[in-house]
Amino acid sequence: MSKVGWIRLAVIVLAIGLLEVCCRTKLINPKVVIPPSEMADALVQMLISGQVNGQIARTFGIVLLAAAISIVAGFAIGVVIHAIPRVRQALDPFFATYYAVPIFIFYPVMIVIFGLSIMPIVLMGVATAVVAMIIATLNGLDRIPRVLTKVARVHRMGTVSTALRLKLPAAAPHLFTGVKLVVSYAFIGVIASEFILAPAGLGRVIADAYSDFNNRRMYAMMLLLVIVATAVNMLLHVFDQRWAERRGIGKS
Amino acid sequence: MTATERITDTLILAVIALLVWQGLHQIVGDTALPAPVPTLAYLAKFVPTARFGESAWATFQAFILALFFSYAVGLSIGIWMGFHRLSGAVGEPILISIYTLPKITLYPVVLLIFGLSLPGRVTFGAMHGVLPVALLTMNAIRNIPPVYLKSARTMHLSPWQTITTVLVPATLPEVFSGLRIGFTLTLLGVLLAEMFAAKAGLGFLIINAMQLLQAQEMVSVTVVLFVFAAAANALLLWIEHRLYRRA
Amino acid sequence: MTADAQAQQIHASLKGVTRVYPGAAGNKPVHALGPVDLDLRRGEFFAVVGPSGCGKSTLLEVLAGLQPASAGTVMFEDRSVSGEVPDGIGVVFQEDASFPWLTVWDNAAFGLRRSGVDDAEIRRRVDDALAFMGLKDFARAYPSQLSGGMRQRVCIARTLVLQPRLILLDEPFGALDAQTRLLMGDEVLRLWRRTGATVLLITHALDEAAMLSDRIGAMSARPGRFLDVVVTGWPRERDSKIVSEAAFGEITGRLWDNLRGESMKSLGYAGMAAE
Repeated sequence: MSKVGWIRLAVIVLAIGLLEVCCRTKLINPKVVIPPSEMADALVQMLISGQVNGQIARTFGIVLLAAAISIVAGFAIGVVIHAIPRVRQALDPFFATYYAVPIFIFYPVMIVIFGLSIMPIVLMGVATAVVAMIIATLNGLDRIPRVLTKVARVHRMGTVSTALRLKLPAAAPHLFTGVKLVVSYAFIGVIASEFILAPAGLGRVIADAYSDFNNRRMYAMMLLLVIVATAVNMLLHVFDQRWAERRGIGKS
Repeated sequence: MTATERITDTLILAVIALLVWQGLHQIVGDTALPAPVPTLAYLAKFVPTARFGESAWATFQAFILALFFSYAVGLSIGIWMGFHRLSGAVGEPILISIYTLPKITLYPVVLLIFGLSLPGRVTFGAMHGVLPVALLTMNAIRNIPPVYLKSARTMHLSPWQTITTVLVPATLPEVFSGLRIGFTLTLLGVLLAEMFAAKAGLGFLIINAMQLLQAQEMVSVTVVLFVFAAAANALLLWIEHRLYRRA
Repeated sequence: MTADAQAQQIHASLKGVTRVYPGAAGNKPVHALGPVDLDLRRGEFFAVVGPSGCGKSTLLEVLAGLQPASAGTVMFEDRSVSGEVPDGIGVVFQEDASFPWLTVWDNAAFGLRRSGVDDAEIRRRVDDALAFMGLKDFARAYPSQLSGGMRQRVCIARTLVLQPRLILLDEPFGALDAQTRLLMGDEVLRLWRRTGATVLLITHALDEAAMLSDRIGAMSARPGRFLDVVVTGWPRERDSKIVSEAAFGEITGRLWDNLRGESMKSLGYAGMAAE
């Protein structure tokens, strides 16, 4: 690991250590924040006891579902829009302002339409993530160097062959950026919805733990979320780096 | 494509959106989703009332304060990490990780510290907005072409002159991008806080209306927020495009 | 002082100058330049040619005071150069240094505004410089609306208005096509004659150096040292038509003799240099 990596690790360890000390010495009110060690302990115990494993599985399942739908639908819609420039131009202001609107204001409307079930949560996850994939697809298709299509014609490649062997690999880095965004947006969309109002799920567990003054449970679940979200993002990031290096785009 | 064509296309899209709304209404009925026209009528009556005014004022207060902190803290962090290479290299991945976390899960901590009060909503809003401001400011500073600084030295500018006449104009477009995204996310943060656990503000109004089965009120407030956010962002984007056009 | 004696007067000099970059994060230090000796005579046009990466730009920046020399002395007008850029030196960089947020006119006036010159004088000098560089009609335009060559002319105008006595040009035409380069060469000569300044031009184009300069320093591959200094003997009133002179071919031939091996070294043709 590089020197920068070590320093970063040290900073994080120090921060956690500082929090631990402040909590243990009661500098921070234990009714507000519990020591990180206790959070970890509570998490381990809860995982072993299996109390909330169902909820955890449910939430991550929904995130996966929303992400998968967003990636496929986003890509398909992106391809179609890219092929019709007039439609794309018309939708441009829509895309520009999409993420400007606090999308969660539509969640209650969805609850009222679909009932307090899994549907509105999946929809919120998809609504949050799909446009990122569409935009990434459009960017990726834009950035295919024109010269590649000319090379394809010189080699007398057919449409499908060109698409699969030249266009897709050329657009791939941008598409992968889209996938990264989809995963984190799907997470945010699903968890936030479960938090505001949901019949079940990790967000709901945390919200309930808060209302019940059950700090151990609340922080344990928050810790789980932080760990999983960070781990998934880091994994995707590492993939991205390896890929970029091989293609000579270089380290970011 | 000419401007008139673009405006017509946008209008066509708006009409399509309204038709979809009407269509959904036919399917799910009045209690779930009121039709566009009655909603707008309700909106016209509701907005001038005191109840709406109070909620709007509560949201506005929280939003403005949160925005101030987002910008102040975000710019400071961004400037420091932009100029101090080591801090930038160490801190950037940390900031990006926090950026991708569903921060709403940290909301209970904020609530525990501040309770259901204004400082709680302000903190939560600021938590959302500070990151894009910091990241984009840092990036803007890192991207300053070195030749600008060399030119400043050959023209014997003082450090203060270099900052005000070269660095600030050079980084302005990208920093403004960060401010625009920070605006959006701060608003989102404040509304989320109100939707989850507050007793005031427009976010609370929406959830409250939903729980009392007042579909018209719920949708009206949603529409108001939607229009406000879209309009504000369009304005900021317009400014941003003008800044970038010269770059 | 007779014209000859003045011509021999040393305007700027480097003596035993080297530049070593400290290694970044565990790498070895990079010996980029030197040791180099150079005497620039007042009012002469001196070009430095050499393969990529040999340290030509470093030489220019050390002379300008933008970088410190790791060893040796740098003098300008009998005073030592260190830390900051001395008054009287103008630099035109390789990259586009025009500020996109200012009009062409404001770009050119930029350095003057902060030097305490009064407004009427600023206007006079900027109008003059823009007219000289052929940019009068574009005074209200923004750099993003102009071509690369025109933007470089804006940078030159910005340097001109400060009335420098020594003008340093770091491959200013690197990004331009060949025809534009030739025309810009003529412009630089006009500039040189008009201002009477001493000019140091860094270029990788041998024909450009041979056509424009009084003397040419041929630099080795990194770490750059002068292998040879070629005197062209051209008259002061010259332009690009000089390429048809017989001496032109001899001069470029002599430069290439010096530099062929060095260029191959810098391109990684290890062991072929002696061929």
